[in-house]
Parts: sequence; C-alpha cells; structure tokens
Amino acid sequence: MTFIGYFSLPVVSLTSFFTGGALALQIYYGGNQFNSEAIVSSIVALGITRELGPVLGGIVVAGRVSSAIAAELGTMKVTEQIDALKTLSADPISYLIVPRIISGIIMLPILIIFADIIGIMGGWFIGTQSLGFNGSVYIQNTVDFLEVNDISSGLIKASFFGFIITIMGCYQGFNSNGGAQGVGKATTNAVVSASVLILASNYIMTNLFFAS
Amino acid sequence: MIKIENLHKYFENKKVLNGVNLDIEEGTSSVIIGGSGTGKSVLIKCILGLLTPEKGRISIKNNLIFENGKFKKNSKIKIGMLFQGGALFDSLRIWQNVSFYNIQNGKNKKLCFDDAILNLEKVGLSKDVVNLYPSELSGGMQKRVALARAISIKPDIIFFDEPTTGLDPISADVINKLIIEKVRDIGATSLTITHDMSSARTISDKIHMLHKGEIIWEGNKDTIESTDNPFVVQFINGLSEGPIN
Ligand SMILES: Nc1ncnc2c1ncn2[C@@H]1O[C@H](COP(=O)(O)OP(=O)(O)OP(=O)(O)O)[C@@H](O)[C@H]1O
Ligand SMILES: [Mg+2]
Repeated sequence: MTFIGYFSLPVVSLTSFFTGGALALQIYYGGNQFNSEAIVSSIVALGITRELGPVLGGIVVAGRVSSAIAAELGTMKVTEQIDALKTLSADPISYLIVPRIISGIIMLPILIIFADIIGIMGGWFIGTQSLGFNGSVYIQNTVDFLEVNDISSGLIKASFFGFIITIMGCYQGFNSNGGAQGVGKATTNAVVSASVLILASNYIMTNLFFAS
Repeated sequence: MIKIENLHKYFENKKVLNGVNLDIEEGTSSVIIGGSGTGKSVLIKCILGLLTPEKGRISIKNNLIFENGKFKKNSKIKIGMLFQGGALFDSLRIWQNVSFYNIQNGKNKKLCFDDAILNLEKVGLSKDVVNLYPSELSGGMQKRVALARAISIKPDIIFFDEPTTGLDPISADVINKLIIEKVRDIGATSLTITHDMSSARTISDKIHMLHKGEIIWEGNKDTIESTDNPFVVQFINGLSEGPIN
C-alpha cells in the first residue's frame, strides 16, 4: 500500500505538473489566442482529469510498481519461496496476489486525485507566470467547467489501471523461471505489458464513457 | 507410509522421472542418492504436489493422493519440507519465518514469537537472531532456520533436499545430527536427498539410488559398501570412469 501510493506520489506529481504546464502552452500557442484564458483552463482541466492524469500516472506507476512486484514475486519463485508457502499450507494467491491487487485498485485513484490537482496547478502556474492570466479567474473557470463525471471517469480508469499494473506484475513474477535472468525478463515484460494494456484499455474506456 | 508406483514426469519432451517405484516405511529415515539432474528434487516436488506427474500413483498412509494424472486433496497429513536453498521468506523476520504456519492459522502473535524462540533453540540458534532477516544470516544458519520452520508444523513426514550442501564438514555434521534428533523427537518419517555420502551413511535406515529417472538400487548403509552394482560403486567412490557418464 505505502509502496504503491505514498512512494509513487513524488514522481506522479512531477509528471502531472509538467504535463499540465506543457498542455497549457500548447493550447495557448496552438489556438488563436482568442478568449484563450477560458479555453486553456478548460482544456487543461478536461485533458488532465479525463485522460492525461490517469494514463500518464498509470504508466509511471507501472514502471515503478509492476516491475517491483514482478521482481519480488519472480525472486520468490526462483528461490522456491512460493513452493515453501504451499508446503506451509498458505495459498500463494490469497497471500501474495490478492493483497497487491486490492492495494493497486485502491491506491491508484487516490494517487490520481493528487495528479489531477497538481496537473491543473501546472497549467495554472504556466498560465499565470508566463501567459499573463489572472490566477483566480483561471481557477474559477476550471471549477465552473469541470463536471463530476470528468473526474469520476478518470478515477474509474485509474482503478482499472491499478488492477492491470498489479496483476501484470504478479502474473509475470509468478511465471518466471530460470534464475536471475528469468526475473529480469519478467520485470521487463511486466512493465511493457502493463503499459500497453493501460493504453489500450484507456481507449476502450473512453469510448464506453464518452461516445454516446 | 509413502508408496510410489510407476511415476513418470516429463518437461516438454524431456523425461525426468521414468517409472519410479518407491516404498517408504513409517518411522524410517530413507535417503535418495543420485547424480545432479537425475530428478531427485523433481521426485520430492511431485510427492508434495508442487509438480504434477504425467503418470503413476502416489499413496500416503494408504490414501491414494495421486492417480490418473490428478491430485486428490488430503489435508490430514502434514508434510514438512526443507528446500535445497532454504527458501526462507526474505521479507519476513526470522521468528516470522519459523512460526509462519502458526501465524497464518491465526495463533496469537506473542505465542508464535515464543514458539519461534523454542524452535530456534532446538536447532541450536540463540534468540539473538529472532528479529533479523534471512539475508543477515550465513548459509548454515539459514539451513537451521529452515529446519526449525519445517519442524514447527509438527509434520508426519518430512523431506530434506540436500540439507548439507554448501556447508563445511562440521556444520554439515551438526545438521545431520539435528535431522536425526528432530525427526525422532517429532516421530516423523523422513526422506532425504543428498549427494553427500557421509551424510547418507549417518542418517539413513534405507538408501535408494536414482539414475536416469528410475530407482536402480535399494539397500542400507551396510549393503551399500558390499554391493557390486556398478552404478552404486561408481557413485559412492566418486569415480569419473564407469556406467554413469
Ligand atoms: N520446472 C522445470 N522445468 C523444466 N525442467 C526442469 C524443471 N525442474 C527440473 N527440471 C529438469 O529436470 C531435471 C532434474 O532436475 P532436479 O532438480 O530434480 O535434479 P536433482 O536430481 O535434484 O539435481 P541436484 O542434485 O543438482 O539438485 C533437470 O535436468 C532439470 O533441468
Ligand atoms: Mg535437487
């Protein structure tokens, strides 16, 4: 829990902050700068809460957490610790896998709430510091524009990404064999498969939530 | 106690066990010897249900636990296992390792802790180690902790996979003595895998030799000295020339 949540917070925050900032710049310079204050704040808010917060946060956490889970369970597998669990009548699924998946499903949305706030702050920071927007108007626009649905859809996505991240780590770790090299392979596979699945499932979920 | 009939185990298309027959009497200490890669660990893992054989029958205490390619659940018989590498849980402290079974079964933490100290004492470890992690102990100490963990479940049967490998001769002898004593204390039937002939002579009531996936010789510590079976003669004398290549 603490590993997935708390220790991922700094890197997720940084990612989100810079993404919010970059998004603000792109919209400002890419648009015709007409009424840009309202457009920048609303698109940053939407982009971050619906897509970029959960997806980038998910991928960053996949890099940290899927790999760590795969390495840990992979090492347990190749050093026979998983066999040892079974001989002590503990079920490896409920002992090792279930708690990790549960903490992924719970911690990812919490982490993404922070990512959303910090990403919007990134946009606000660039907007006020370099694009000359009025800070309180920016916030007001964001608050007026965002709907509960924008945030909740992002958090549902985040929860599903938490599932993908942890289950890929567990799956690859559990099925690793062949010593240290096998563990290394499991680690890489976990990150790659989790990242691809996050992007693919994100597309499907966006389609489900918004295309109607 | 344990009866194995015509057990086969393949990996992909590699035959590892090729019709093993083995009979182990209750209360005895049996040893399986054999070269590296002959399938000794695989055999034990099949009996434990960690690997699924392709063919054959396994019965424990007259209960058929494996037949027709399937295991049947039988939770009445407890089997302890000392793994080749110790297999201690490296994220848990020593006492949590030793009392793992009891902790999992909801026993009071304080009792588990005290129990761990007792079990560690039985294998000659002081209570200074209880709060350490496995990686902070030497290989020999880890083997002892693993032994303490295996006996903590009070097993009816206990398997030892190369308990003395990687230990100096004195530590190896200590482990041998512990195995004999502890197994006797808890009244368990034991099966030990080893390439260490002095260990085999010390702890065995019966010796079985595995070669190319079959038991090719059975006897005891006296008959093994007088046998003219060329495989056994080569193995116990450690000769590079002979039928085993
Ligand atoms: N999970 C597995 N997948 C594929 N092959 C395996 C697996 N486990 C064991 N083998 C193969 O089965 C053979 C027997 O392995 P096993 O570990 O039983 O040997 P062993 O007799 O215990 O040897 P050692 O004395 O060196 O421990 C080896 O050739 C090994 O490559
Ligand atoms: Mg072995």
